[in-house]
Amino acid sequence: MTASSALSAPDPGASTLAIELVGVSKSFGPVQANKDIHLAVRKGAIHGIVGENGAGKSTLMSILYGFYHADAGEIRVNGVTTPIPDSQAAIRAGIGMVHQHFMLVEPFTVLENVILGAENGALLRPSLARARAELKRLEQEYELDVDPDAVVGELSVGHQQRVEILKALYRECDILILDEPTGVLTPAEADHLFRILGHLKEQGKTIILITHKLREIMAITDQVSVMRRGEMVRTLTTSETSPAEIAELMVGRRVLLRVEKGPARPGETLLEVRNLSVTDAKGVARLKSVSFAVRAGEILGVAGVAGNGQSELLEVLAGYAPATSGEVLFKGRPLDLSRHTNADDRRDVGIAHVPEDRHRRGLVMAFAAWENSCLGYHREERLQGGFGTLDRDAIRDLARKGIERFDIRPPSCDLKTANFSGGNQQKIVLAREIEREPEVLLIGQPTRGVDIGAIEFIHNEIVALRDRGKAIVLVSVELDEIQALSDRIIVMFDGAISGERAAGQTDERELGLLMAGIDPGKGRAA
Amino acid sequence: MDLPVVLQLLDSSVRLAAPLLLACLAGLYSERAGIFDIGLEGKMLAAAFVAAATSAYTGSAWFGLLGGMAASILLALVHGLASITLRGNQLISGVAINFLASGMTALIGQSLFGLGGQTPQLDGPQRFGALTLPLAETLHGVPVLGPIWSDLVSGHNLLVYVAFLAVPATWWVLYRTRFGLRLRAVGENPAAVDTAGVSVVRLRYGAVVIAGVLCGIAGAYLSTAMSAGFIRDMTAGKGFIALAALIFAKWRPWPALFACLLFGLLEAVGIRYQGIRIGDFAVPVQLMQALPYVLTVVILAGFVGRAIPPRAGGRPYVKER
Repeated sequence: MTASSALSAPDPGASTLAIELVGVSKSFGPVQANKDIHLAVRKGAIHGIVGENGAGKSTLMSILYGFYHADAGEIRVNGVTTPIPDSQAAIRAGIGMVHQHFMLVEPFTVLENVILGAENGALLRPSLARARAELKRLEQEYELDVDPDAVVGELSVGHQQRVEILKALYRECDILILDEPTGVLTPAEADHLFRILGHLKEQGKTIILITHKLREIMAITDQVSVMRRGEMVRTLTTSETSPAEIAELMVGRRVLLRVEKGPARPGETLLEVRNLSVTDAKGVARLKSVSFAVRAGEILGVAGVAGNGQSELLEVLAGYAPATSGEVLFKGRPLDLSRHTNADDRRDVGIAHVPEDRHRRGLVMAFAAWENSCLGYHREERLQGGFGTLDRDAIRDLARKGIERFDIRPPSCDLKTANFSGGNQQKIVLAREIEREPEVLLIGQPTRGVDIGAIEFIHNEIVALRDRGKAIVLVSVELDEIQALSDRIIVMFDGAISGERAAGQTDERELGLLMAGIDPGKGRAA
Repeated sequence: MDLPVVLQLLDSSVRLAAPLLLACLAGLYSERAGIFDIGLEGKMLAAAFVAAATSAYTGSAWFGLLGGMAASILLALVHGLASITLRGNQLISGVAINFLASGMTALIGQSLFGLGGQTPQLDGPQRFGALTLPLAETLHGVPVLGPIWSDLVSGHNLLVYVAFLAVPATWWVLYRTRFGLRLRAVGENPAAVDTAGVSVVRLRYGAVVIAGVLCGIAGAYLSTAMSAGFIRDMTAGKGFIALAALIFAKWRPWPALFACLLFGLLEAVGIRYQGIRIGDFAVPVQLMQALPYVLTVVILAGFVGRAIPPRAGGRPYVKER
């Protein structure tokens, strides 16, 4: 249909490949993001690309989409060598991409976003009319239902992603690249996405799926290529491999997908939450009379689909958002929940916090690692110089110890925080909070955007902290993580606790129902 | 107040609003594309000077207009170079342009004409004269509508009509053309434009140059239509008032028209009602003249509701990493 497929090479062997990368290399300054990459993607296949964070997957795909320019190597589309200097060239070659961070104009409608850059003519009216008709056709064909007149900024993340896919299809792409498409989706939305991808495959489209979730790779791909540290390790046929094999190739050694932990030995109750409620500025109830307790030496997992009050709970406990009503007792003494309190007060009594959003709340990305290693604790006596100054050497020493203990890479405390990978940034935050041996650790999404090697490390540190008799409140949207780490699990739905279970006595199905606000236990009791 | 007085007041509001409107729309194009433009004032001032000087030398207001536009476009390109190509700070670039214009116009004016920074008095074809619209004479006798047509609508110079026609034109460009769609998109999320295969740099330069053209017309209006020559710093903060009007209008063309008319009206009131008394108290002239500036402060302090600027405004576009 597109010009490029008409130009297919006569060689029948070559034309079965939609994409062929030959010896592609790319570096950013001293960092070699892609080293001599060879990749062959078959036409009409779903081809997975897996690797840890920073393995170079996104960079490779950005090169294919013309966002970056490769230092060396060659791109062949449908067997024909095709230089791709910019996104326009990629679109012409029939390549579409759904970026991890959506490339949408939020105040625009769906239609306007779809035609942007692909308008036919200088006036909008005919372009919009044509797009409306085309969208209707695509919707029916691929289960891509979105209201064409909805404002994109008001759509759910799942719908926004469909707009991105529609954008690519409207440009008549034959090859669709999806970069970490399920990271922001609910399980139901992810299932829907996979159905859409299935339809696309039936229509003969080629799909490249970048992910670090092995379950997705096993469920949907035909082939899978594993990348590690900028290199292409191997390409496998999915049906002939196993998650364990892929995981091993990803990290270069065997990893424990399960956390090794002994039984909990809970002690006294450290934190007790009673009827905690939060109503936001718009008058919406975010937390509805939440009550629970955490004891020393146990991990309390807070499960739930994102946006059901977990963030508000963490914010109130960590001291930077006021509660509307209710109380929180720490070792029997009430904590200040008014708007006069702050995170400092919490740290003083021994409550540490690893925020959900480390970029915005856990770290100052422009600071060097050593500067971040003391943020929030910079008033400690041992870090003071004299005359109101900070003792830089003392802070650096502390940072170096943290880097060593938490195996932070690269081991340089003078490197800018933004230049560490996601997993290592998280380790900087953890090192800071755990180093003080807090009585209670509040931890939100500990392994979001963190690679497998670092996940294992972080999980072990959390368990070790528990075994030292500390109480841990773990908020995570990853059910696997909640199940692997928690001793007890509470599930949040719509601002309230929809159920509590002992970790050993529940399963994914039951937790999943609780996450949807349905309590299966209640049905049985009645 | 009777009709003739109201009409007179509105008539002078229109005259005073015209340059604000042109500058405001200039800012609208630029800021909708994500380039903050503090330098409206400087571009207008430079255009006012070059227009008056060119007109004085050539004897034609039209050459003056072209000269003014050229000067303004030149400064706009400097702003573009600093903030788009070199990815500098847009506010600082704008401030620099204001200083540059203020200093250079006075300096060059003095060395060319030796009149303390002024240009010679312009008259006749060196200025844009009043136009009489068709039927203005015949309809004059018709009650109410007649005077409105012949006194308020008719009898302005060409550039006033240009300013007011620029409002629907801007609306049309912004919301009905491909260029407008892309322009609005690049001010919100340049990465989306880039990945859609459209050049962010070219779009932003386009917007900045349009801002230059409009500021050029505004400047020429000040020195060759509203006044009869250039006076040092004759823009007197109009560029900043236009920015306030732009915020007041939330970066939309039709509200920009009303915002500028409001500022024009306040200025007209300040000029007309000098020395009015409330009881025994004589309201100082300065207080009346300060009205537009007071409103500016009120608007910028956020008393008129939250104005959300284009999301990518003020930030140079760099691909991630």
